[in-house]
Amino acid sequence: MSAGVIAKTVRGFTGALAQTLVAESSAHEHGLLQGLDPRVKLVGMLGLVVAAALSRKLVVMAALFGLGLVLAVASRLSLWSLAKRVWLVAFGFTFMIAAPALFLTPGEAVYRLPVGSLAITAQGMRSALVLVARVETAVTLSTLLVLTTPWMHLLKALRTLMVPVEVIILLAMTHRYVVLLTETANAMFESRRSRMVGRLNGHEQRRLMVNTGGVLLSKTLEMGNQVFLAMQARGFRGEVRLLTDFRMRGWDYVAICGFAAAATAAVVAGR
Amino acid sequence: MYAASAPCWWAALRRTRRKLFGKTLPLLSLFAAFSFVTMMFNLPLPGGTTGHAVGVGIAAIVLGPWASLLAVSLALAIQALFFGDGGITTLGANCFNMAIAGSFAAWGIYRLASLGAAADSRRRVVAAALAGYGAINVSALLAAIEFGIQPMLFHDAAGSPLYAPYPLRIAIPAMMAGHLTIAGAAEAVMSAGLFSYLRRNEPALVGIASVPLARQTTRNLWGALAVVLLLTPLGILASGAAWGEWAPKDFADAATRAQITAASGSVAAPAAAPSGLARLANVWTAPMPSYAPHFVKSAGFGYLLSAMFGVGLILAVTWVARRVAQDSGKRVEP
Repeated sequence: MSAGVIAKTVRGFTGALAQTLVAESSAHEHGLLQGLDPRVKLVGMLGLVVAAALSRKLVVMAALFGLGLVLAVASRLSLWSLAKRVWLVAFGFTFMIAAPALFLTPGEAVYRLPVGSLAITAQGMRSALVLVARVETAVTLSTLLVLTTPWMHLLKALRTLMVPVEVIILLAMTHRYVVLLTETANAMFESRRSRMVGRLNGHEQRRLMVNTGGVLLSKTLEMGNQVFLAMQARGFRGEVRLLTDFRMRGWDYVAICGFAAAATAAVVAGR
Repeated sequence: MYAASAPCWWAALRRTRRKLFGKTLPLLSLFAAFSFVTMMFNLPLPGGTTGHAVGVGIAAIVLGPWASLLAVSLALAIQALFFGDGGITTLGANCFNMAIAGSFAAWGIYRLASLGAAADSRRRVVAAALAGYGAINVSALLAAIEFGIQPMLFHDAAGSPLYAPYPLRIAIPAMMAGHLTIAGAAEAVMSAGLFSYLRRNEPALVGIASVPLARQTTRNLWGALAVVLLLTPLGILASGAAWGEWAPKDFADAATRAQITAASGSVAAPAAAPSGLARLANVWTAPMPSYAPHFVKSAGFGYLLSAMFGVGLILAVTWVARRVAQDSGKRVEP
C-alpha cells in the first residue's frame, strides 16, 4: 500500500503524458480530418456535438456516432485505441450515473430482479440508453477534433469563436506547463519511490503527497517568475499577436457544407 | 451553463486584464497547470480510500476569487478540450460549479474563518481546510441541483427525462454522499497541507508578511530553558577543577596539583602557575566568582542565581540587538 498510492499517481502521470504524445502524433497523420482547416473542423465538430446534445431520438444519435466512426477511419485513427481510451471510459462513467435510472424510472416492468421488488422498466432502459448514447457520441466527436488537430492550431481556431486573445494565450501556456509540471511531478514521485524502503502508514502517505504538492507549488511559482522574466527579456510588452495563417481551400468549403448539412439534418430529425 | 459562466469569466478577465500582461499572465497559467497536475495526485484518506483534490481551495486563498476562477477554469478547459475528460458540452457547468462558485465559496469561507486570526494561528490552517471542504461541497450541491431540475425541464412527450434522469430528492443525496466524505476530505487535506507549506516557505503568497516563530515552539523552548536552569546546581556534584580551567592558586595547592596530574595523563603539573596565566589572571575579575555572589552562602542557590543572571543578560543583549537591527532596517526602507 505504501508504494501503491505513489505507483497509482505515477501511472496517472504516465497515462496523461502518453495521451499527449498520441494526440501530437495522430494530429500529424495524413488523414481526412487532418487535412482540413482547423476552423472548419472546430465549427463543424461543435455543430455535430450540439446536434447530438439536442437530439431526442436514439436513431439520430446512432447515425451521428456512425458518422464519427467513418471520420475516425478516414483520419487513420485506431478504433481500438478509441474504444479503450474514449468509449470504455465514457461508458463506465456514464453507466454508473445511468444504471439506477433503470430501476428508478417508473413505467412498464420488463425484467424483475429475482431478489427484492426491484424491476427494470422499459422507460428506465430508454432513459439510461439515451444518456449513454448522447455522452458516447459527443465525446467521440470532440475527441476526433483533438486527435486530428495540433493543439496550437486548435487554439488559433478558437479565435473564430470570438474567444478573447488573452484566454488563448493562457490556454496555450497552461497546456505547455501542464506537460512540464506533469513531468516534474512524475520525476519527484519516481525519485521518492526509488529511495523508499518499507511501508508508510496513512498519515505518512498523506504527508508525502501534500509535501510533494507543496514543493511542486514552490517550483511552479519560481517557474512563473522565470517565465515572466524570460518574456520580458524577449520584449513582451503586453501585446499578443497570433500568426493566423489558415487559408480555406476548396475541400474546406465542401467539408463545412457537409458538416452543416449533417448537423442540420440531425437537429431536424432528432426533434 | 455556458451562459451563466460567460459573464463571470468576462468580469474576471476585466478585473485581471490590467495585471494580465504583467506577472499575472504566467502565474495564472502556471497555477492552472499546477491545479491540473494535483488533480492527478492520489490522496490517501482516513479509512483506506483515496481521493483527488481540485485545488480550488488553495487557488482561491493564494490568487483571490477572480484570478482563481480563471485558473481553475483553465485547468478544467485543458482537461475537457485536450484530455477529453468531462466533455465540451458539460465544461460550462463544470466551470460554473467548481471554478466560479467553488472559488468564491473557498475565498469567503477562508476569509470568514480566519477573521482576526494571527498569522501563525492554527485557526488559519483549519480555515484553509474548511475553505477546500466547503468549496467542493458547494460545487457538488450546485451540480446536484442542476442534475435534479433537468427531469422537470427536459422530458419527452411520454414524460421520460431526456438528459439526467433523477429528481432532486435522489440527485442531492447521491451527489452529496461522496462529496461530504471522500472528495471533501481530499480537498480539505490538500488545502490545509498546501496552506501550511506556503505559510512556512512563501508566507507573502498567503497574505502573511512574515511568520513569527510559532507560539507553541517558543513555549517549548522556554520550558526547556527553565529545566536547564533548574539543573545548573548539578555542576557542584563534579569533583575537582575542570581540565584547563585552572586558577593560579590551584598550582600552589598540593591536592589540586595531584588532580591536575591525574587528569593530564600523569604529566606532572608545574610547581608554580605559568607566568602568563599569573600575569593575566587579575585583568578581569568576575562579578560572581565561582558562580556565586559573595553574599550567597549556599552553593546550589548560587549556581541557580548565576544561571538566571547569565540567561537574563543574554536575553537583554539579544533584545537590544533586535531593536537596533529593526531600527536600522526601517531606515533602509524607502
